[in-house]
Amino acid sequence: MKRWRRLLLHGGALLSTLGLLSGVFFFLGHIVLKGMPSLSLALIFGDTSPLKALLFTQRVFNGLFPAICGTLCLVLLSVVLALPAGILTGVWLSHFGSGRAKALLSLCIDTLAGVPSIVVGLFGFSFAILLHKISHGTVGPSLGIAALTLSVLVLPGIVRNTQLALAAIPRETHLAVSAMGATPVQAIVRVYLPMASPGIFRGAILAMGRCAEDTAAIMLTGVVATAGAPYALFGRFEALPFAIFTIASEYSGPEELAQGYGASLILLLLCALLFGLSALIASRFHPDTP
Amino acid sequence: MIKARRRPHEWIGEGAAATAALITFALTLAIFGFMGWLAMPLLQGETLTTLFTSVWRPDRGQFGILPMAWGTLAVALPATLLAFPLSLGFACFATHLAPRRLRKTLKGLAGLMTGIPTVVYGFSAVFLLVPLIREMAGRGSGFSIIAAVLVLALLISPTMILILISAFEAVPQPWQRCFDSMGATPEETVWHLLFPLATRSMVGALLLGLGRAIGDTLIALMLAGNAVLAPTDPFGPARTLTSHIGLVMAADVESLEFRSVFACGLLLYLLIFVLTLLVRYLTRRPAA
Repeated sequence: MKRWRRLLLHGGALLSTLGLLSGVFFFLGHIVLKGMPSLSLALIFGDTSPLKALLFTQRVFNGLFPAICGTLCLVLLSVVLALPAGILTGVWLSHFGSGRAKALLSLCIDTLAGVPSIVVGLFGFSFAILLHKISHGTVGPSLGIAALTLSVLVLPGIVRNTQLALAAIPRETHLAVSAMGATPVQAIVRVYLPMASPGIFRGAILAMGRCAEDTAAIMLTGVVATAGAPYALFGRFEALPFAIFTIASEYSGPEELAQGYGASLILLLLCALLFGLSALIASRFHPDTP
Repeated sequence: MIKARRRPHEWIGEGAAATAALITFALTLAIFGFMGWLAMPLLQGETLTTLFTSVWRPDRGQFGILPMAWGTLAVALPATLLAFPLSLGFACFATHLAPRRLRKTLKGLAGLMTGIPTVVYGFSAVFLLVPLIREMAGRGSGFSIIAAVLVLALLISPTMILILISAFEAVPQPWQRCFDSMGATPEETVWHLLFPLATRSMVGALLLGLGRAIGDTLIALMLAGNAVLAPTDPFGPARTLTSHIGLVMAADVESLEFRSVFACGLLLYLLIFVLTLLVRYLTRRPAA
């Protein structure tokens, strides 16, 4: 290889690395710099006293508290909904499924993983319409429907992570478990799933991150700009990413803008925390995966 | 061999797993089914032909979604083509060209970058990138295709980087050591060993990145201006299929305007399905 071509390749790689990283720091630095000054209790609780807000005795009007509560409820609900289905599907794929059925389901999961979140949101919305018709108007787009929609969105990730974690169990363990006379289900419940739990837990945390940041899917399934703290499973709710989105498109003054920066910073920190945690689990239990 | 009688927990356990698998399978079909069911009134007869025109005048019964389809292409394709070489460079640098101590950090950073919320990028770009583009172009509002393309490229590159890194790391270590011992520089190893072996995975990464770019809603919705126009000018606005779905939220669920949104959803679903099939075909066999 000629010297100039080597330099070109090396230089190109270095430049693209620097370019991407500086792009990320450019955008995130802006959020951190502008968001830091607005981080305060007033940003979250507005004029209400924090204690009264936390006890839900007084409604918070000009703070982010309802949105944060909404996002937390959403994240917990959807992960609780998605985890059992995701783990069991992963178990089926790696232990029971075979032949054409397995290949078909695998294709389905790949497709589901790629379906845009707004299309999943549209699905959730049409499901809500269906429920609305069946229940004669009592159930519509709401927290429950949004959580259900998000759980569809994160399901493939959980399945894949479960599969990966189960596949990483060494062959010796499989032999030992069979030699001890465990039935397949005993082996899975008592040995394989506990062994795979760090990987599954990591998948759950990544799913939480995805639920916390996704905006498109909840936009169609019941999130609104002002609803107060989530009050019912089938009620409207607020969420952090949607609050950021509305502030970006229709802010009315510098105060609201500062709130937007603050909300972005909080969301960024939340996602960074979740991803940091998952990276920690990965490096603690599977040192060789990136 | 003596076969033990199957105990109840065996049936229950396997049954539960099979049920979950069935639910996942049914969900994938149900999304397609719901889109088709709700778009049905539009897919019959002459409205089908108006669907593929470039006139979006819901008040006159014309539901052309072609401008949105072009908008999706105009935003997603340049973003992917911009992000791919950058991701390739990053992946090469992080696996082979960077100083050894830096490699792990770079891989970790790529992983963290996938976790940055889309809406935060969008928010930041609205107040940082859009004014910049408005000044550079000297016309328009700054909410333009080019703004969306730049941010989208940043958004999809971590996904591509992670796929490329795992493809590069799948190249057998002994071969790489072989190259080293024959005196090949890291650049030569990358050019003559990694690129030929990982070509299929590279195309797979490109297509997956394209899929993410097509499917992203928030960036286009926040930055691309959203005017229903066939995109011609990089500094002008465009509306993608995804942001079109987000924008048309008519209160009247029975109207045809609302139905057309499901046609967009159907189109997106089919696009992603084809991309998934292609990626699976490309990455199924080992590259060697």
